Amino acid sequence: MPRAISSAIREIPFFGAVAFFVILSAFPFYWMLITSFKTNSDLYSVTHVPFWFSDTPTLEHFRYLFEQTLFARWLLNSFIIGLCVVAITLVTALPAGYSLARMTGGKGEALGIGIFLTYLVPPTLLFLPLSRVVAELGLQNSMWSLVLVYPTFTIPFCTWLSMGFFKALPPEIEEAAIVDGCSLFGAFIKMAIPLSLPGILTVVIFTFTLTLQEFVYALTFVSTSSEKPITLGVATDLIRGDIFYWGEIMAGALLASIPVAIAYNLFLDRFISGITGGAVK
Amino acid sequence: MAAVLTRDIVKKFGDVSAVNGISLTVPDGQFMVLLGPSGCGKTTFLRVICGLEKQTSGDLLIGGKVVNDIPPRARGVAMMFQSYGLYPHFSVRRNIAFPLRTQRVPGAEVDKKVAWASQLLGIDHLLDRRPRQLSGGERQRVALARALVREPTALLLDEPLSNLDAKLRASARQEIKQFQQRVGVTTIYVTHDQVEAMGMGDRIAVIDSGRVRQVGSPAEIYEDPADRFVATFVGAPPMNIVARNSGYLGFRPENFLPKDMMEDGSFTEFSFRVDRSEYLGSERIVYGVIAGFDPNQVITAKLPPAHVAEESIRPGEWHPFAVRNSALRHFDKDGQRSSGH
Amino acid sequence: MVSIAEPIAKPATPLRFILDRREVLGSLFVAPAILYVLLLAGVPFLLALYYSVSAYTIYDPSWRFVGLENFADILENPVFLQTLGNTFLFTFGSQIIGLILGKFGALLLLRPFRGRRIVRALVILPWAVPIALATVAWEWMFDSLYSVINWTLIALGIVTRSEAPNWLGTPHLAMLSVIVVNAWRFFPFAIVIFLAGITAIPQDVLDAATVDGAGFWRRNYQIIVPMILPIVAVGLIFGTVFTFTDLSIVFLLTMGGPVGATSVLGFEGFQVGIGSGDVSHGAATSLFMLPVLLVVVVAMLRFIRRREI
Repeated sequence: MPRAISSAIREIPFFGAVAFFVILSAFPFYWMLITSFKTNSDLYSVTHVPFWFSDTPTLEHFRYLFEQTLFARWLLNSFIIGLCVVAITLVTALPAGYSLARMTGGKGEALGIGIFLTYLVPPTLLFLPLSRVVAELGLQNSMWSLVLVYPTFTIPFCTWLSMGFFKALPPEIEEAAIVDGCSLFGAFIKMAIPLSLPGILTVVIFTFTLTLQEFVYALTFVSTSSEKPITLGVATDLIRGDIFYWGEIMAGALLASIPVAIAYNLFLDRFISGITGGAVK
Repeated sequence: MAAVLTRDIVKKFGDVSAVNGISLTVPDGQFMVLLGPSGCGKTTFLRVICGLEKQTSGDLLIGGKVVNDIPPRARGVAMMFQSYGLYPHFSVRRNIAFPLRTQRVPGAEVDKKVAWASQLLGIDHLLDRRPRQLSGGERQRVALARALVREPTALLLDEPLSNLDAKLRASARQEIKQFQQRVGVTTIYVTHDQVEAMGMGDRIAVIDSGRVRQVGSPAEIYEDPADRFVATFVGAPPMNIVARNSGYLGFRPENFLPKDMMEDGSFTEFSFRVDRSEYLGSERIVYGVIAGFDPNQVITAKLPPAHVAEESIRPGEWHPFAVRNSALRHFDKDGQRSSGH
Repeated sequence: MVSIAEPIAKPATPLRFILDRREVLGSLFVAPAILYVLLLAGVPFLLALYYSVSAYTIYDPSWRFVGLENFADILENPVFLQTLGNTFLFTFGSQIIGLILGKFGALLLLRPFRGRRIVRALVILPWAVPIALATVAWEWMFDSLYSVINWTLIALGIVTRSEAPNWLGTPHLAMLSVIVVNAWRFFPFAIVIFLAGITAIPQDVLDAATVDGAGFWRRNYQIIVPMILPIVAVGLIFGTVFTFTDLSIVFLLTMGGPVGATSVLGFEGFQVGIGSGDVSHGAATSLFMLPVLLVVVVAMLRFIRRREI
């Protein structure tokens, strides 16, 4: 049998397996995609073939989403929440990560792991007392409650992440700056930060995606529709009475998923080196 | 007034003493070399002087002022690191200007000084490049310019030649030493390479296990070692040391010669069996064993090239060798120099 | 020797250099982060503990101490034991499936092939996309009337329309659905973890094994698996903790139904504490998660520490 054909046949199980995984992962998103563009009559039919369009694709769901629902408002909410949480996280986690990275002896390592472990404390345990705290502060039903609470998990994660990339910076450059006249703080600002911009960018992106992904606290603290972040809004608020507006829900889910998916893809490699560098030596 | 003076500096990391009580005086303008094997504490000691580490106990005076609790930038020191520590995100010009800018020196003054320092080191044509675009030698010169631009009381160098390949090292050595003599800045230079130390230092402090074994000029260190460690650390091949009479006897390979090469004067004779010889062009190194001493101890002799008896130094045979008595060094049972017999 | 006038050392630290001291600045830098976490995670945690031994509800915010009464109440409730069992089933089922899929997925993606980048981008989608949005897509896929899965089964002749399973409305099927969605969400993360671990193995070790005569399976199980165990353990900690405490999937797909068949601890805590306003019992329910979490985390950390290469 000619070489090309036999090797092609050997490849078939391989590509078959790959196809299996791709379909497994991506089908629900394909489903999301196609649902967003189907007319309602095409959608709510048990006889039409669901995998492709029977009527012409339509943008009516998207239009409805932006014109008749609070979708745009939710996008804005998430954006503001994300920005504020990123700011809070950068200001707290970067110096903390730096300090831990430059600590001599095992103390830095131990404290770093300690802080990181708080990331594992589940929201479904803390949400009850936090809901009381939020109520006391008068922030119930406001998106600002989320700005307050989200750093409790973004800070531990980002401290550990930034500890990783600050450790990779040779201390000589900061020492040279200190000998040349900088204070310790000056060396941090003028040397460590500019030379760690890729790492800091990763922290920003991941913090943003972490806030977008969050569901439990949002569900617990916010019931007012106009204050909801995008994920909560799309998942719970596109229901009138008992009827789910699937076209709109899928359209909203699609739009909200795309930026996060893109961000993860671009930063996957950095994330991996963050995990392996920090967790396993 | 000494530029740098240390009194009993001790530096511990936990239970480990890296520096075990060093008192050293470096007069103004001197090129002092701290020489010792890896891990002897010389770099830690340098970092204490610089201010990057704080000593556990002891006093440090720079320019006559006590600086124990003062950060590096207020001590009047400049440091050149092993990998130069150039700022990768700054141009060469900004690198050199940085120490001045942190002290809020006015702009015009900064430009003048940067020009002076870069001309001094011959790098003024590189001012707009980035460190990654420079060769190793160029980077070194930028690091030196940056160290100098503040006209420090003391210039500290931490093994600056160890990253260069052998060929460049010799010329770099030359450059640094000439440069220091021209500018006259007090310099403390750390190295493990005794050739560098002997070639560059005005004075050498030999350090081992956190203590100074001996301070002296290269000639003093070589001819008059204070103990066995100094005697064997400096000089290649190292001094031969044999046990004798509850003490030790030492003689350098170049002083261990065939008897018939001895001129008048008193000398001590040894019967030497040659086992192996290496012809190095400029000299011949001969390895063997002396009668009457430990048969497992290898003794080296360094013979000049044009040696007449070359053909007669055959392996396996015993030859009469001798050392002039004035070249013998005696050490007591603790390894300290003694004047014994 | 030149005699030198030596000044006496000054004892006090000049205050103006206080920010140059490593200890001072170091503590200052970590302080905000530690404070934030202590105040907004540590204190609430203690509050949760206190609620669980009090009689606090939002209608009667009393701080009366009731000891372990709440826990006793919960344990006597038969629904609770079902919830506890569900949580374990949910977690272990999805973790195991996720790990297996993750391992094989990683092996497939190990060697470069044309289009690998795109495949990788598609395969990590379930993990990358926010959990609630992905779950909503499944909610639609499991819809009782319009489920695409049922449509396919009917079209393939496996079932008729009247036999079409009600995925989210039948107790065992609902549990299966919930496990599947969670495994689907977890396996890309497992792939990433496995890939990271396997690619970290030095090639010489693998080559040496090949030269020593190890075939594919022996290489796999005796060389690769032991060497990637630490990082897989880390991934498992994350996966287990997040799955065990999750409520999003259950909330969106089944609301714990039908009849508590898919109720899990996190969800139950939410229903009782927030839904019914019974904060003290809600807190107690959630606290049942804690022993399992502690055991998992401590065991894994010990395991990793022992196996550090």
